Amino acid sequence: MPPGDDSSTRKSTHILVALVENKPGVLNRVASLFRRRSFNIESLTVGHTESPDISRMTIVVDTSKTSAALVEKNLNKLINVIDVQDVTHAPIVVRDLALIKVTAPAERRAEIMQLVDIFRAKIVDVYAESVIVEVTGPEAKIDSMVELLHPFGIIEMVRTGRVAMVRGSGYRAPYVLSDNGTNGLRVNPTPNL
Amino acid sequence: MRRTGAQMVWEILRREGVQIIFGYPGGAILPIYDALVDYPIHHVLVRHEENAALAADGYARATGRVGVCMATSGPGAMNLVTGLACAMLDSSPVVAITGQVTSHLVGSDAFQEIDVTGVTLPITKHNYLVNRVEELPRVMKEAFYIARSGRPGPVLIDICKDAQMASTGFEYPETIELPGYRPVLRGPEEQIRQAAAYINAAERPMILAGHGIILSGANDELRELAERGNIPVSTTLLGIGGLPESHPLNLRMMGMHGQAYANMAIQEADLLIALGMRFDDRVTGNLKSYAPRAEVIHVDIDPVEIGKNVRADVGIVGDAKQVLRQILPFIEPRYRSAWFAQIERWRGDAGARDILNQGLLKDMLLAPYVIHEIWRGTGGDITVVSDVGQNQMWEAQYFQHDRQNQLITSGGLGTMGFAVPAAIGTKFGRPDDEVWAVVGDGGFQMSIPELATVVQEKLPLKIAVINNGCLGMVRQWQELLHDRRYSEIRIAGPDLVKLADAYGIKGQRVRRPDDVAEAIRVARQCPGPVLTEFVVEPEINVFPMVQPGKGLHEMWRRPMPSRNMAMAEKV
Ligand SMILES: Cc1ncc(C[n+]2csc(CCOP(=O)(O)OP(=O)(O)O)c2C)c(N)n1
Ligand SMILES: [Mg+2]
Repeated sequence: MPPGDDSSTRKSTHILVALVENKPGVLNRVASLFRRRSFNIESLTVGHTESPDISRMTIVVDTSKTSAALVEKNLNKLINVIDVQDVTHAPIVVRDLALIKVTAPAERRAEIMQLVDIFRAKIVDVYAESVIVEVTGPEAKIDSMVELLHPFGIIEMVRTGRVAMVRGSGYRAPYVLSDNGTNGLRVNPTPNL
Repeated sequence: MRRTGAQMVWEILRREGVQIIFGYPGGAILPIYDALVDYPIHHVLVRHEENAALAADGYARATGRVGVCMATSGPGAMNLVTGLACAMLDSSPVVAITGQVTSHLVGSDAFQEIDVTGVTLPITKHNYLVNRVEELPRVMKEAFYIARSGRPGPVLIDICKDAQMASTGFEYPETIELPGYRPVLRGPEEQIRQAAAYINAAERPMILAGHGIILSGANDELRELAERGNIPVSTTLLGIGGLPESHPLNLRMMGMHGQAYANMAIQEADLLIALGMRFDDRVTGNLKSYAPRAEVIHVDIDPVEIGKNVRADVGIVGDAKQVLRQILPFIEPRYRSAWFAQIERWRGDAGARDILNQGLLKDMLLAPYVIHEIWRGTGGDITVVSDVGQNQMWEAQYFQHDRQNQLITSGGLGTMGFAVPAAIGTKFGRPDDEVWAVVGDGGFQMSIPELATVVQEKLPLKIAVINNGCLGMVRQWQELLHDRRYSEIRIAGPDLVKLADAYGIKGQRVRRPDDVAEAIRVARQCPGPVLTEFVVEPEINVFPMVQPGKGLHEMWRRPMPSRNMAMAEKV
């Protein structure tokens, strides 16, 4: 019996949040793991957290449920990874940020400004023939902003990839216990020497 | 207490209880070798760094303690790679220490500078680059802990030369802070009870015992489970030695070259109790048709293994010994007589098909016979270290392993050239044991330089070279799967008796079945190392065999006697 049935082999987007030790080479270990196990990542962001020793990664993968569980377990296995949770089905805030450089001749600027207003975006740089628009929000919002700006002529664009955080006062989503077939991995806080 | 980094290395090794290390010096590790002069640790100078890693691996498997190897930067560290990969795939606790160029030169392509932590990242459980002496004690403490705990594995520490030379106050930390590393040893009660309920309800259960039994020392618990529940056991290659093979419940090895009846029993089982094994493809054959009627209890210390290849109905993350101890009180006795009767029917004519029972032996020297005679001649009371290829499979089949953890072999990586260096490590780990290396003529030619190490260290190893004049296992695949299009399988070799003589070792050659027993007796009586060459029939195959891509039940059985006779006439 190979693992997984239909429901667990269908692909969908999974968002994983990983807390990792802030040490040289950790990003390499994570990236190397993805390559090694042929996990295709859509986006990966790394940044500081409230604690200087800990960095936070938000990893978006388009994959089956079984394979997402495998990603999670493999990440957990890295010594420098402190915690991983799949927050896909938790109540979360997800944000992406884009900088979009658009052609903006004087006569079309007003139109662009209007769009920027509607999307509660910002113009962060103005030049003779172009402007840079900064927009943050969930992915879909940015997608439509990009679509609407397209006719003006997008000169270049950069997106950060998604970052995510669980709503409420705790770090962990209360009911997103791992359903990956293992049992509470996080129960032994101190190594037994 | 001020110490240089180099001195700290030896201080720490001593505190970790290390008495022996395997290594090879060079420029970037000179300070450490310099400091060695003042410390009472036995350093074994190998002839190639790969063998330092393989010897450390062998030592680790023989003792259950961490094996340590050492090499210089660049070429030295690169030569360790195969041995580390071998330890990685077989979860063997090894610590490798390599010298690195001075820290300000790292990244500049300096002389003998290689990104060693980069290269070894996927073949170590964890690795470290140390460029400040202050980090060394913590790093080494962590390295030993990581190597031996949880699912064991190799850890590499790459130490910059300036960090070896710098000195600072030395204090070895008492505790470890690894927030991201917390191996789970005990299974949760709910799953334990669930597993026990599955076991008690099963009519056709099978225990699949892997390396985890040996690594966690769960031999007694495994036996207890099998006996109390009356459950047949089959082992993986690395699980051999987990339960005596003469035990009536032991069906012996499963998988590609496993016993036909063990494989059939797996295919028909209604419950697989997998203990410290990882459903490797060499064990399962085609997953689509694997154990179609079985529910699966999977116990492993590595959560990644559970559900990786085979879906687990009950997955328990934990140490095999602990989890078994938790399960045992719930196990109820059962007869399961229909199940055992069925297994006996499958066993059926297995004995008759055995090549040793077919009267072929008059003049032909068969490798299986040689292995069987080594078993008989030594009373089975030895540690065997086998290499890779046909010799390894025949060793697994024709040596009856009754002593605990008596076989040491390379499973996951299938590292040719493993046996001789690993036997060196094994002999240091089990000095009172008679240690035999069983190795093919191909694998042996990868290890010849280590004969000098054997001599220099005065190790009374018994080396049995199974010389079939070819890369036998490759030849077998070419014969059976590539339509006999033989390609690069004939391998010539030196006169091994003269070779032994050149190294100052006793050498002997055996060509006839009648001389085998005597040669084994002579080898055992000689106080020093002995190299015995068995010149065997080149064209016999290892059976049973499950072709790659086929299900376990579709294995080729051992041919019936008439076919063997026909083949014998041809060769
Ligand atoms: C380092 C390495 N290279 C190649 C192989 C592939 N391989 C597996 S078995 C084998 C033949 C081994 O020949 P020999 O050592 O003579 O043993 P035999 O099969 O003849 O007993 C080869 C080449 C391997 N396992 N390891
Ligand atoms: Mg050979």
